[in-house]
Amino acid sequence: MSPKKSFLAFFLVCSLGASAAAAPLKVGLVFDVGGRGDKSFNDSAFRGLERAEKELAIKKEYIEPTEAADRENALRQFASGDFDLIIGIGFIFTDDVNRVAKAFPKKHFACVDYAVDPSKTIPGNVVALKFREQESSFLGGVIAALTSKTKKVGFVGGMDVPLIHKFDAGFNAGAKWADPKVKVLVSYAGVTPEAFKDPAKGKEIALSQFDQGADVIYHASGSTGLGVFEAAREKHGLAMGVDSDQYKDAPGFVLTSITKNVDNAVYDVIKRQQAGQFKGGVIELGLKEKGVDYIYDDHNKAMIPAAARAKAEEARKLIVAKKISVPFK
Amino acid sequence: MITFLLQGLRISGPYVLAALAGVFSETGGVVNIALEGILLNGALAAVLAAYWTGSPWLGVLAGVLAGVAAAGIHAFAALRYKVDQVISGLAVNFLVAGLSRFLLKLVFNSTSNSARVEGLAPWAGVDPFLVLTVLIVIASHWTIKRTVFGLRLRAVGEHPRAAETLGIKVLRMRLWGVLISGALAGLGGAWLSLDQHQFTDAMSGGRGYIALAAVIIGKWTPLGAAAAALFFGFAEASQIILQTYGLRVPTQFVQMIPYALTLAAVAGLIGRSRPPAADGIPYSDEQD
Repeated sequence: MSPKKSFLAFFLVCSLGASAAAAPLKVGLVFDVGGRGDKSFNDSAFRGLERAEKELAIKKEYIEPTEAADRENALRQFASGDFDLIIGIGFIFTDDVNRVAKAFPKKHFACVDYAVDPSKTIPGNVVALKFREQESSFLGGVIAALTSKTKKVGFVGGMDVPLIHKFDAGFNAGAKWADPKVKVLVSYAGVTPEAFKDPAKGKEIALSQFDQGADVIYHASGSTGLGVFEAAREKHGLAMGVDSDQYKDAPGFVLTSITKNVDNAVYDVIKRQQAGQFKGGVIELGLKEKGVDYIYDDHNKAMIPAAARAKAEEARKLIVAKKISVPFK
Repeated sequence: MITFLLQGLRISGPYVLAALAGVFSETGGVVNIALEGILLNGALAAVLAAYWTGSPWLGVLAGVLAGVAAAGIHAFAALRYKVDQVISGLAVNFLVAGLSRFLLKLVFNSTSNSARVEGLAPWAGVDPFLVLTVLIVIASHWTIKRTVFGLRLRAVGEHPRAAETLGIKVLRMRLWGVLISGALAGLGGAWLSLDQHQFTDAMSGGRGYIALAAVIIGKWTPLGAAAAALFFGFAEASQIILQTYGLRVPTQFVQMIPYALTLAAVAGLIGRSRPPAADGIPYSDEQD
């Protein structure tokens, strides 16, 4: 531990002790489309919140908005109450967080997947938590390509937006890097936020990709992806989960999940807030920071060929060493 | 090709059932904008029943009954209290949207998704819902065009006063129309959720409104409405399949088709499309 770090740790412990004596920190979290129980993105965020409640003794509250207009209202509701930190889960909160953060300059805000607009400055009381999903998706592409027997793999995106293009681009690049002959079928469920919660559509899209010869399908589509898993069960194909480990949603049919450790990001931002070290700005997490990864554990070890695993780990090293630059659109 | 056909049929299924539901209700003279809520209520009840009993077929039954219940509220307000039918229908939609989230929260501790449930096992490789729907289309056509019941239903929708002078109980006939409507759309909802093995918040996704469009384009006949619903379903299936071939037909364009066609139909561009004469007009037995 460097002197600087140990000083930081000392400071952290001190301030932790101090704040524990005061009233508990109150954190309000507003969910994305798809809501709790999507077994993916939102649930990952919720795990971070729960961990903070248990380990940091904060008080938590959360809202699952239905309509677009409810998002801003939910943030406002927390901001106008005695909440110290308000977290919006999902890029869709970008504008809402900007507005509410300006209206409540004394409160702190965090927004996961915040869409940074280069022409605008982020309000000082907002921290944008961003992930380089293209990097983990690249590894996913490698695994999919080298697991596929038909040499055709599929991608199902939720809403057709830049955030999801990162998954798409990384996956495509990874598959082609591992095997240039592999074909990638790409579909999006729609162009509105509802595209993240239309499992019926997700299932039909995945069925048609399976019918066209794909045998591994990666989804980045919130609860729409639950339909992709149903299709995998029906066709005895393989699916790849996203954001959380989704193995349990279709055991035996989920090759791996491309995880995004939203839980850690949420937990860390709460911890910093509690330590009095909240700082506005952008925090970006990739493979190097272990903000994103893929699942390789006792459940799916047997499903992933050794060659695919080796190649993916090789790609990880190259990406971390910046020898491969992964496209994000 | 076969898979495309099956896919089109699967996507069309709930549309077809909801469109037939609309035909029954409106033939009797009651506008049923509540189809959206009825679908959703059927979907929720089907999953809840399948979750609690472990039997998807009891889920189907529950879906149908829940559809009848939701339609019953609409009928109660519209027939008994002569509430404006569009308003009472919308009220049902809002009620179900809220109630479904509330129940999800109570049972599954999430306002968005239910747990996974068993679906229907296929009959010789064919989805039982598909078989049922084909039979229902034929039965609906026969009931409305060939039976005494159908004649009476049409009579109270066209000229209730005249029907009453012939001894037909107008409100009772209309009630039947709305309740059958509820049963059919409830079945459509059960199809939606059991096919996914799960209920997702707002999973009806506007299908009830599209079904109303199919009723208009189908000129208030069972076969016409079913054909229009099939057309919409296949448009959606084509968009999905073209996308995977790399041809990006914008989703917005496909989503626009039903509404654009409805406007064309209402404007008289696709032949004459005329609703039952007394459609949407409340009727009182105790007039004069």
